[in-house]
Amino acid sequence: MKDQQYIYKESNLVDSEPNKFDASKLKSEEMIINLGPQHPSTHGVLRLEVLSDGEIIKDVVPHIGYLHRCFEKHAESLPYNQIIPFVDRMDYLAAMNSEHAYAMGVERMLGITSQIPKRVEYIRVLVAELNRIASHLIAIGTFGLDLGAFTPFFWIMRDREHILRLLEWASGARMLYNYIWIGGLFYDLPVGFEQRCREFITYFKPKAIELEQLLVDNKIFIDRTAKVGVLPLNLAINSGATGPMLRGSGLRFDLRKVDRYSIYPELDFDIPVGEGKMGSVGDCWDRTWVRIREIHESLNIMQQCLDKLEGDHKRTRDFDPQAIVPKKIRPQAQEIYVRAENPKGELGFYFRADGKNDIPFRCKVRACSFVNLSILPELCKGVLIADLIAILGSIDIVLGEVDR
Amino acid sequence: MDNARLIELVSQVAGNADELKNAMPLTLVIDAATLTQVCERLHKNPETYFDMLTCITGVDNGPETNTMEVIYHLYSIPFHQSLMLKVIVPRQNPEVETVTPIWKSANWLEREVFDMFGIVFKNHPDLRRILMPADWQGYPLRKDYKHEETYRGIEID
Repeated sequence: MKDQQYIYKESNLVDSEPNKFDASKLKSEEMIINLGPQHPSTHGVLRLEVLSDGEIIKDVVPHIGYLHRCFEKHAESLPYNQIIPFVDRMDYLAAMNSEHAYAMGVERMLGITSQIPKRVEYIRVLVAELNRIASHLIAIGTFGLDLGAFTPFFWIMRDREHILRLLEWASGARMLYNYIWIGGLFYDLPVGFEQRCREFITYFKPKAIELEQLLVDNKIFIDRTAKVGVLPLNLAINSGATGPMLRGSGLRFDLRKVDRYSIYPELDFDIPVGEGKMGSVGDCWDRTWVRIREIHESLNIMQQCLDKLEGDHKRTRDFDPQAIVPKKIRPQAQEIYVRAENPKGELGFYFRADGKNDIPFRCKVRACSFVNLSILPELCKGVLIADLIAILGSIDIVLGEVDR
Repeated sequence: MDNARLIELVSQVAGNADELKNAMPLTLVIDAATLTQVCERLHKNPETYFDMLTCITGVDNGPETNTMEVIYHLYSIPFHQSLMLKVIVPRQNPEVETVTPIWKSANWLEREVFDMFGIVFKNHPDLRRILMPADWQGYPLRKDYKHEETYRGIEID
């Protein structure tokens, strides 16, 4: 233990993340407002440098990187199977979905995608959809909290707790699961899980409708979100928006349908899109409404998975979810880009394997929150400061994924 | 559209486009000087219509090969077609023309590649570091990067 941890020098006491705008060069009436990084409505450690003229925003500069852990550098020194816990910690609200995408990518490199047992695939989709509901609940609840609606936040936390307990029962952890392995699963579902899951669906269906009536159909909520932060479809596509951001703008684009990965082609579900029910397509209200509808679709998918897990792909005594988990993961030399639909958008993994090592030569993550957040300055030109909070909340970012 | 036609279209603009083996989806290696023309053509042409730039990846091949790569992951929503465009740049003073006028999503993605690899995107509207602090020395994802021992007088364990 050293007695001095920090050396006090003049040159060490400067801003490491300086403002983009220079305060001395502003026009009269202009002002720089610093939002965050410790501000509850920025959903984590995000700093927004706002150039404002009174209440009107002229420009927003997001400063990110406060939670940067350099996942990609870590990944270059770890075997493929040991990267999974790091993948969990990117989007910590939807860790199952990220794991699913990652495992799919490595399986595709190894060429074992077709050998994965059907039961494993159904369990993966079941837990991923459970996690998708949990993530959307947080998105909707904290969005309400940003706008001053306090009650729905407690309701979603109560309902999310049931999901976390179910996933904890299956994997042993509440948020960071390490449950989906390359080529299989950590363990089969616990006995009685299907029954409890069905009970949850029966319990949660009316609660989701209740949440919709309480928050999304609320007059005050509509006044704060309708026609605010309108994202036109051409801008959405050009800026790379995916997930509920893109669907809220009216494009029926869901990678679960488009790429037909895993067992999604065998399942029957709908893709909700923003319809402009409150005045304009692609506003904050539409994005929230899409998330609410997606919760119902996820419940629908879960029901079909449970039918299969109790029917065609029933639990058997000799079923081993780790049967084809490879002992040594050494893919041939190749480059591959794999993507999957996360609750927040398209999560992509780019792998380069050199064929000589058990560790990836390069592992790049295309983070959906990162790209979605980059649209914020476009959306916020000329809006009120109060609307900035509404727009940021409706984008639904997780800083763990933005910064990686 | 099939891959052969796509390769033909790209090589019309780029001069030659080499298809990379062992890559998924289709990967074409083009000359860095022709990048913006190729991207513009792929974006505008009604036959290809790559309307989405999903991701930009930087790769450092290490000091032995002395090259770095920038990979553009393109996707066309109407045709459901993916394409990876790859340009190879030297490790000393790497420079690539920006594609922000074509796709807005390139803004932050190019900043990230600049931050991690030090590849300069010419004519980028706002090329600053994005994830690392503004005064950070070196480019962390380069293969020969040495870990800092102190940052601002704080020792790193």
